[in-house]
Amino acid sequence: MDKFRMIFQFLQSNQESFMNGICGIMALASAQMYSAFDFNCPCLPHYNLAYGLGILLVPPFILFLLGFVLNNNISMLAEEWRRPQGQRGKDPAVLRYMFCSMAQRAMIAPAVWVSVTLLDGKCITCAFCTSVPVETLGNASHPGLSQGEMKRVLARIPCKEIYDGQEFIANEVAVRYLRCISQALGWCFVLLMTTLAFLVRSLRPCFTQAAFLKSRYWSHYIDTERKLFDETCAEHARSFAKVCIQQFFEGMSTDLAAAHCHPPRKAPAEAGETAEKLLGITDQGTMNAALKSWHRCKPPLHLHPPVLPSSNGWVGEKQPPAQPPVPRKEMAAYYSRV
Amino acid sequence: MDRFRMIFQYFQSNSESVMNGICGLLALVSVKMYTCFDFSCPCLPWYNMAYGLGIMFVPPIALFLCGLILNRQSLVMLEEWRRPQGRRKKDLAVIRYMCSSIMQRAMVAPAVWIIVTLLDGKCLICAFSGSMDPEKFVGFANASPVQVQQLLAKVPCKDDELMRNNTSRKAVSRYLRCWSQALGWSILLILIMAAFLARWLRPCFNQAALLQACHWSNYIDIEQKIFEETCCEHSRLFAHKCILHFFESMRQEIKLHSFSLPREGEGAEGEEGLLRGITDQDQVNKLLKMWYYEKPPLDVSQV
Repeated sequence: MDKFRMIFQFLQSNQESFMNGICGIMALASAQMYSAFDFNCPCLPHYNLAYGLGILLVPPFILFLLGFVLNNNISMLAEEWRRPQGQRGKDPAVLRYMFCSMAQRAMIAPAVWVSVTLLDGKCITCAFCTSVPVETLGNASHPGLSQGEMKRVLARIPCKEIYDGQEFIANEVAVRYLRCISQALGWCFVLLMTTLAFLVRSLRPCFTQAAFLKSRYWSHYIDTERKLFDETCAEHARSFAKVCIQQFFEGMSTDLAAAHCHPPRKAPAEAGETAEKLLGITDQGTMNAALKSWHRCKPPLHLHPPVLPSSNGWVGEKQPPAQPPVPRKEMAAYYSRV
Repeated sequence: MDRFRMIFQYFQSNSESVMNGICGLLALVSVKMYTCFDFSCPCLPWYNMAYGLGIMFVPPIALFLCGLILNRQSLVMLEEWRRPQGRRKKDLAVIRYMCSSIMQRAMVAPAVWIIVTLLDGKCLICAFSGSMDPEKFVGFANASPVQVQQLLAKVPCKDDELMRNNTSRKAVSRYLRCWSQALGWSILLILIMAAFLARWLRPCFNQAALLQACHWSNYIDIEQKIFEETCCEHSRLFAHKCILHFFESMRQEIKLHSFSLPREGEGAEGEEGLLRGITDQDQVNKLLKMWYYEKPPLDVSQV
């Protein structure tokens, strides 16, 4: 238990750092994904807006959901939310605390994507190039072009190679204008996000500190309890399996002895531990039979009540009381075929 | 307890280092952000000033707020400031000390951004090219006022067709860059002198009060950490007892309802102890179901 205790303490004291680490990794992954992504504006009147805004808004949504998926605590939150009340009341403040802390961490990667996209400028340039004010930046007085034609020409602004509206508005002028707007929006977004984060963090001690301490304690408690319960169940399963298998081998060796009509062989006292570990199976035929039996007829998930172990670990002279007869019969039947 | 003591000593000796580390990291992030940022001046009459000054002042505000957010001590200070007095008096000197140390660390990254911006010069060239006096530069002296405004606004854009081979553009650019770099170096010198004087003259003014404030601010920080650690330890023990109690109550229930022989011999020996009386599939399933449908109450006083 000591080893588990150390591990739990480490996890507990470092759960926050672990989650912050995942958060930071996702933010870096988001920036890397953007730089690796090959942005290709379609340069067509209505497609530009859809493509530009799609690249700006859809990946952040996916990253937000991914932030929840990668967070281990989401299943804990769901479990606590859906469990029947039973003998333990449910505290909505704890649920809110868990949800808020998960949502805050999940928001970081999308915010990084949106900031990087806006500061880079390609998306906004692509999405809004048809709305550039040609009157102020260029000369709209050039005759002969309908609205639709004008839009088609302006839509090609992001694609310098095919842009043919140089006489209406220079490509560099339009791109600089749009990029300036995009970067201004980007920095405003960054400022807004940091201000919000600052307010959320600094207003809490001013208003709800006691409630916060309570929610935080109980949310950590629920997490610790779940981990400890899983560990206890794992320990139990291990012991269950060990006893089950031990009883299987003991049953096998007793059966064999009964089938061959001689009393179970007593290992000589001096053979000691090794003989005990052999569990009464000491030749190839017996081992093969045991393995076959294990495959064909696994023992039921029901441990026999334990008997007093004798000094050499054998079931020994005394027959175990009240053994359920059914599995025994099956094994005996199997052996009679052999 | 020994392990806790080691951990706390680590925290104590290193909370300053951790904060200084974060401060340095933010300063590096600030420089990296500036170099990665693709500065592109709009080269339009009113937009230039807004863009240039915006790039110079908005990111530092965001970096300052980041510096406050990432510093754990700011939360500790706020809690100390807002807590009800109770049985422990509040010492404003301690709160002031903590506040000033937090602010100093948070100001480093914005200062780095502003200095790097000024030393690079692009922001100032973009912001103030339209405010230059055209008489000083030969290329712009003979144009109409409106044209002059347009031309001056295009100075930051080297590749613009009007500015490509314009020597006056280079003159304006060099002039503004010179001013920008002079300003950058002056600010750097002033800040370093101020930091130097503040550190050097500090012992001359009320050193005893300073030592007290420093000690108690450290104390509050450590007390907070130890409280969190103790709560973690407590919640672990609470959970452990609660689960053991749950398994025990399940075992009692099984004993009541089943007719199997009671266990003889020593209790809790090796594997049998770990099995806690739960020895078949149905019992395990029942235990797991009970755990979900009826979690035990948060009360280990009966254990």
